[in-house]
This record gives sequence, structure tokens and C-alpha cells, in this order.
Amino acid sequence: MAVEQPMRAPVTSSGDQTRIHNIGYRTYDGPRLGRAYARRSLYSQSLRGAYGLGRSVKSKVLPMLLFVVMCVPAAIMVAVAVATKAKDLPVDYTRYAIIMQGVISLYVASQAPQSVSRDLRFKTVPLYFSRPIETADYVRAKYAALASAMFVLTAAPLLVLYVGSLLAKLDFADQTKGFAQGLVSVALLSLLFAGIGLVIAAVTPRRGFGIAAVIAVLVISYGAVSTLQAIADAQNNTSAIPWIGLFSPVTLIDGVQTAFLGATSAAPGAVGPGTGQGVVYVLVLLGLIAAAYGLLLRRYKKVGL
Amino acid sequence: MYDPTVARLTYRALLGRRRALILGALPLLLIVIAVVVRALTGADDQTAVNVLGGFALATMVPIIGVIAGTGAIGPEIDDGSVVYLLSKPLKRPTIIFTKLIVAIAVTMVFSAVPTLVAGLILNGNGQQIAVAYTVAALVASIAYAALFLLLGTVSRHAVVFGLVYALVWEALFGSLVPGARTLSIQQWALAVAHKVAGGDLVTSDVGLPTAMVLLVLVTVLATWYAGQKLRALTLAGEE
Repeated sequence: MAVEQPMRAPVTSSGDQTRIHNIGYRTYDGPRLGRAYARRSLYSQSLRGAYGLGRSVKSKVLPMLLFVVMCVPAAIMVAVAVATKAKDLPVDYTRYAIIMQGVISLYVASQAPQSVSRDLRFKTVPLYFSRPIETADYVRAKYAALASAMFVLTAAPLLVLYVGSLLAKLDFADQTKGFAQGLVSVALLSLLFAGIGLVIAAVTPRRGFGIAAVIAVLVISYGAVSTLQAIADAQNNTSAIPWIGLFSPVTLIDGVQTAFLGATSAAPGAVGPGTGQGVVYVLVLLGLIAAAYGLLLRRYKKVGL
Repeated sequence: MYDPTVARLTYRALLGRRRALILGALPLLLIVIAVVVRALTGADDQTAVNVLGGFALATMVPIIGVIAGTGAIGPEIDDGSVVYLLSKPLKRPTIIFTKLIVAIAVTMVFSAVPTLVAGLILNGNGQQIAVAYTVAALVASIAYAALFLLLGTVSRHAVVFGLVYALVWEALFGSLVPGARTLSIQQWALAVAHKVAGGDLVTSDVGLPTAMVLLVLVTVLATWYAGQKLRALTLAGEE
């Protein structure tokens, strides 16, 4: 394309020796995909990254391993239920995530810093914001991606249980209802855990420290709350148990699903919140999710510049 | 075998920045819980055992161990600044030993001291429970620090693997598979606590001789192997 176009410069003394060569640079005239496309790309890349897809083999190991660890107990339960022709599954759909909370916590602790800390550490955040996307798009894409990844992690074993229960010819209506309730519960859990993980991880550029901080918040709060609940139960102070449960993410989810999703509480003595307290639980849960989103927005207002 | 300069640098890396926040928040939470529980229920031996065993020794000590143990060397290897340390005329095992001492000291200060204070608040050291759990926390600090320091030299994902051991192996498998408890630092420390407390309040699944042998073995082997790993350390780029 390098068409030479000799041009005569009007005020040169040496005449023909001065030229401007058109070496064929062209402006981009393809489609401009815009902000929504960039946001979608960021979402899908982050979601794939949460399972190590498109990254090195080493970074696939942990998320895949945790995914398998989540699903294997469900498969075993189904196998037992089919083999023994049981009337019901050994574990409720809503209880499964509570039992496997250690694995879920590890997943969010390892993947939340992976998702945001490295962008901070290598100072690539300003590069994102040099594209058409804005702060809110980045936060939404990352939040949605991690929440989706967590939903995949927590819903997959429920799907295994559901398919298995149908194979074992358990009651269809009953199982479908339980499955739907379980899905709502893990969706809320995914949003809450992803929010907490991202807020903590977005503060530190160090991945290792982010992991430790996220796990400390999740595990320590649960350890403290369940210890206090056990003591309240031992003291026959059962009315205090639901109120204590407000202070850790796992017991919060447990309380919401006990109040509204037909679950039995995992708290000591199976004391769950009633409908009145359940409303408080839901409000706290939604407040926490909204607060996580707000804090992320605030954090990235500054960090992008 | 102990180099004061390395020790000073490690202390600064561990207690500077925001690490100290987490390290300080956990013991504070334990003491707050102890005060609340004491105010609600009064002095009760079983309650003290529940709080100290269920929260302090099972949750707090391992997490502080992970933060201090991997934090003593992990970030340096991670950002490559460890080469400046390695290029000094110091034996690699000396570096590891010094860092181990620092990690143990930090873990002990942030886990055993609050355990003692919480125990005293909960039941005023009735039946030696506070002292027993403090000794257990001290013993566990040594083994955890050595193990997690080794993890820090072996893997870039040391924190994750340390937490997997502490949470999945000790907590989850330990409660499901009784055999897993034999290979659990927490149970070894509890065996020592059982000996100190004497009564039946503090129990362990492992006998005292086995526990002592395993504790010493793990600590020595982990330290030795960490020294070997550091001798042949390859600095990998960020993935």
C-alpha cells in the first residue's frame, strides 16, 4: 500500500529532495464493540480464570481439586441412596453447602485474590480503565464473575444430588422443591462470599496475605459464632442462639434458609430464627452484599488513577 | 546458627505492614469472646475447655501459624528479594533456623499469651485448664511454624496449602476419619495439654510418647528439609 506521493514543498531551497512518504497507515474503520463488550469480555475472562482456564497448569490444580472435592461426597451419597433404595437423601439440599463450608471458604480465599490482587500488584488496573469501561463496569464484571464461579462450585453438587435422587426414584415434586430451595440458598451464599472475598482481596496487592485475610475472616467468625452458640445452648439460653448467628457469613445463610427456605438449622439444638428474626437476617444479608459492592466501587474510584 | 540481622529483618517483615493487624485482631477477638462468655455464663470448666479447645487451639493457633510461618519467608521468595539475602555469606540453614526462631516467637506471643489470658478470664485457671492450653499452644506453635516455614520454601501457594492442612485435614478429616487425628499437630499438642491438666477435661486421641516423638520429628525434619530447599532454590518468574 505504500504509495509514494511526491509532493512539492513550496518553500524548499533544494527542490525535489524533500518528500513526504505515505507509508500506508490507516485509521481503524471496523466495528467499535464498546463498553458492554469490554465488560462481557472481562466477565468471561475472570470467570474462566477462577477455574484456571486459559492459565497455566499449576493454577488449574487448586480450583479443579476443590471442585472435585465439592462433588465427590454428593456422588457418594447418591450412590448410597441408589444402592440402599433409601426413602430420602442422607443430606438436605440446603444443608450441603453448610457441611462443605470449609472447601467453599478455601475456594473463595484462593480465587478472590487471584482475581483482583494481581491487577493491583502489577499496576494493570489503569490499563483496564484506559479502555471504554468505567469503575462500575470493572467492579460489576469481577463481582459477577466470582459470584458465578462460586455458584458453579456450590450448585454442581446439588445438581448431582438432584439427578441422583431422580435416578433413585425419590418423590419428584418433593425433590424438585428441595433442589430449587437449595439453588436459591447457594446463590445468596455465592453473592455474599464473593463480596466479602473481593472487598478484602482488593485492599492488598499481596496474594498470600489476601488469602490469609479472607480465610481468617470467614473461618474465625464462624469459629467464634459457633463456640458462642454452643455455650448458649449448653446454658439453655436458646433465644440468644439466632441473634449470635447474625455475626458470621455461614450462620447468616443458615438462618435465612431456616426461616424462609424450609431448611433445618445447623445451629446447636437446631434453633433457627423465626419469621420475624428471619426478616432481620435477610436485611443483614442484603445489606452486606450491597455494602461489599459499595466498598468495591469506592476502592476502585481511587485505585484507577 | 542464629543471625541477629536476619532476625531483625524478619521481625520487621512480619510485624510491619498490615500483617500485624490480622495477627493482633485474632487474639483480641479471643479475649473479647472470653470476656463475653464469662459475663454471660460465669466461671465454668467445661465452657473454658470449649472456648480454648474449639476456638483458640483449633482455629486461632493454626491460622497465626500459617501467617507467621509462611510470612517469614514466602513474600521474600515471591518478590525475588530473597536473592539479596542468599548472596550474603551466611549458611542457608542458618537463615532458615533464624527465620524459624522468629516465626516460633511471633506465633507463641500472638497465640499462647492470649490463650493464657483468655483462660484466666474464663475460669481463673481452675483445674489447670488455662495453663494446659497455653502449653499446648506453645508446643503447637513450634511445630506449626516449622511446618509452614517449610511450605513457604517449597511452594508459591504456601498459604493455601497451609490452610488446606489446618482446615481440611485437621478440622474436616479429623472429625470424620479418626485415623487422621494421629497425624494432626493439634492432637499432639492436646496430648501434652492432657498431661499438664491431668483430669479428663482435656483429652487427646494420641498417647503422650507418640505425640512427643512426632512433634520433635516433624519440627526437626521440616527445618532440615527447608534448609535443603533453600540451598537449591530456583527463582521462578510470576506465572
